[in-house]
Amino acid sequence: MSETILKNEERVALSLRALYRKYGYLPYKMSKFEPYDLYSSNKEFLVGDGVITFNDADGKLLALKPDVTLSIIKNAGEENRKVYYHENVYRKSGATKEFKELMQVGLERIGEKDVYALYETTYLAAASLKEISDNFVLNVSHLGVLSAVLAAASENKAFGKAAIALLAQKNLHEITALCNAYGVDETAAVHLKTLVKTYGDMPSTLEKLAPLCQNGQAKEAFEELKAVCALLSKSELAEHIRLDFSVAGNMKYYNGLVFKGFVGGVPESVLSGGQYDKLMQRMGRKTSAIGFAVYLDLLEGLCEPKRDYDVDLLVLYDDNTPPAKIAAAVQKGASEGKSVSAQKETGKLRFVTLVDLTGGRTND
Amino acid sequence: MINVALPKGRLGEKVYATFEKAGFECPSIKEVNRKLVFENAEKGVRYFWVKPSDVSIYVERGAADIGVCGKDILAEYEPNVYELLDLKTGVCRMAVAARKEFFDDRNSTLKVATKFVNIAKNYYAQKGREIDVIHLNGSIELAPILGLSDVIVDIVETGATLKENDLEVVETIMPISARLIANKASFQFKTKEIEKLVASVSALAEQEKI
Repeated sequence: MSETILKNEERVALSLRALYRKYGYLPYKMSKFEPYDLYSSNKEFLVGDGVITFNDADGKLLALKPDVTLSIIKNAGEENRKVYYHENVYRKSGATKEFKELMQVGLERIGEKDVYALYETTYLAAASLKEISDNFVLNVSHLGVLSAVLAAASENKAFGKAAIALLAQKNLHEITALCNAYGVDETAAVHLKTLVKTYGDMPSTLEKLAPLCQNGQAKEAFEELKAVCALLSKSELAEHIRLDFSVAGNMKYYNGLVFKGFVGGVPESVLSGGQYDKLMQRMGRKTSAIGFAVYLDLLEGLCEPKRDYDVDLLVLYDDNTPPAKIAAAVQKGASEGKSVSAQKETGKLRFVTLVDLTGGRTND
Repeated sequence: MINVALPKGRLGEKVYATFEKAGFECPSIKEVNRKLVFENAEKGVRYFWVKPSDVSIYVERGAADIGVCGKDILAEYEPNVYELLDLKTGVCRMAVAARKEFFDDRNSTLKVATKFVNIAKNYYAQKGREIDVIHLNGSIELAPILGLSDVIVDIVETGATLKENDLEVVETIMPISARLIANKASFQFKTKEIEKLVASVSALAEQEKI
């Protein structure tokens, strides 16, 4: 009759922290507030568009943190850092568009970029999903490939913005119309449409992608993606990792690898991240950085058995019951690992077993 | 099993007929009763009828794996879903309409009556035109006639209602038709089933232009 005290999201948070520690990441703790400036100058990096602000005692405008990454970058110097965090953030929830306190666990790796660093972060993203459920998919994309294909189609910024939005929707019919409207040449349009249609396991998708990445930036990005995929393919999580160019991310901040993770039973992505060198540059840092966040609030209720009672044991007593008898009954139940509530009236409490100590009854 | 949200009404019935022809039939859907959910386990589909404007909500929230809804709903609510197919049915356009004698005086704020607040706001923001949006839920055509608004932003199919009320289309905002949408997470776990359905429906839609 014992119950699991930890909620699913709390259990996952603990196991993720242990996982990240195992790979040499150190805990990072931040304050609840940051100067609003930090967020207002990088608004588009934030998920959602709301920040709760208030004035400090000296009139300075502060914000309840809507994000952790920006704070980590702000406080990191130029040295290499590998940190993980477990923080509450405050922002509008996707579905309700209302402010919520959301629990988030994630990691950031700041420092020189190399294939191993990219592989390890992507692998840990997949391993994080595995901690949540065996039924998961990690979609990986490379913005280097994407931006090269887009640039070959058109340098027009409005075209790029519209094309990325359509890629994120796997919207082939409107990409075709967009290419026609902007007079994109046939080869470039075919390449862009191929990106929409190209998704799936790593080996077959790389094969389809190769003809699109014959030279320049596209080739360089493709080779990097291929090298990371070669390592990921050897891992035990390979069958859950797919390439999918509908994972786009904001190109003002992200470059290189980007990914999104899904677990069965949750209708939206529970993990999101990527390489954000451009954000680092915007914040005056020369180093490379990659990281991801797991949105634990989305895991609420996932795989948790629904309970139809409040406590295992109800100890009912009245004014004539000796307090020592009540204490003994409660302690006996608790020592057996049961949840116990002692009260004078049943009220609306739902229980499994009743221990009735009213009217001089005993529990002996 | 793929859960499919279909819009109640003529469009939904037309779309179901296409799904049926494409090999995803569910005979019980044609029985006259008050049931809301219809399943064909053998074909691996479960259909349910919902209000057209709610289809994207069912799909975005994962209650339905895929659904069919108008581009107007997608443009207005911008749900985070995949838009996999243009079914090329339910074709119409989102347009700005006004009384025949209307002249757009850019010195004053343009009063716009509409059901589609976000579409109107985005459209005029792109044009740099200041507007006052009046959110109405129906009989939009009445607004300019009674002087409630200067123009309306609404769906125009044949233009007959506009004509009967001495209104005319001033600008077209975007073409509208029915789209097949999918939940992004469902797509990851039911990729093959959804791809198969999309390919069959797409081939048929292309062949018949529905």
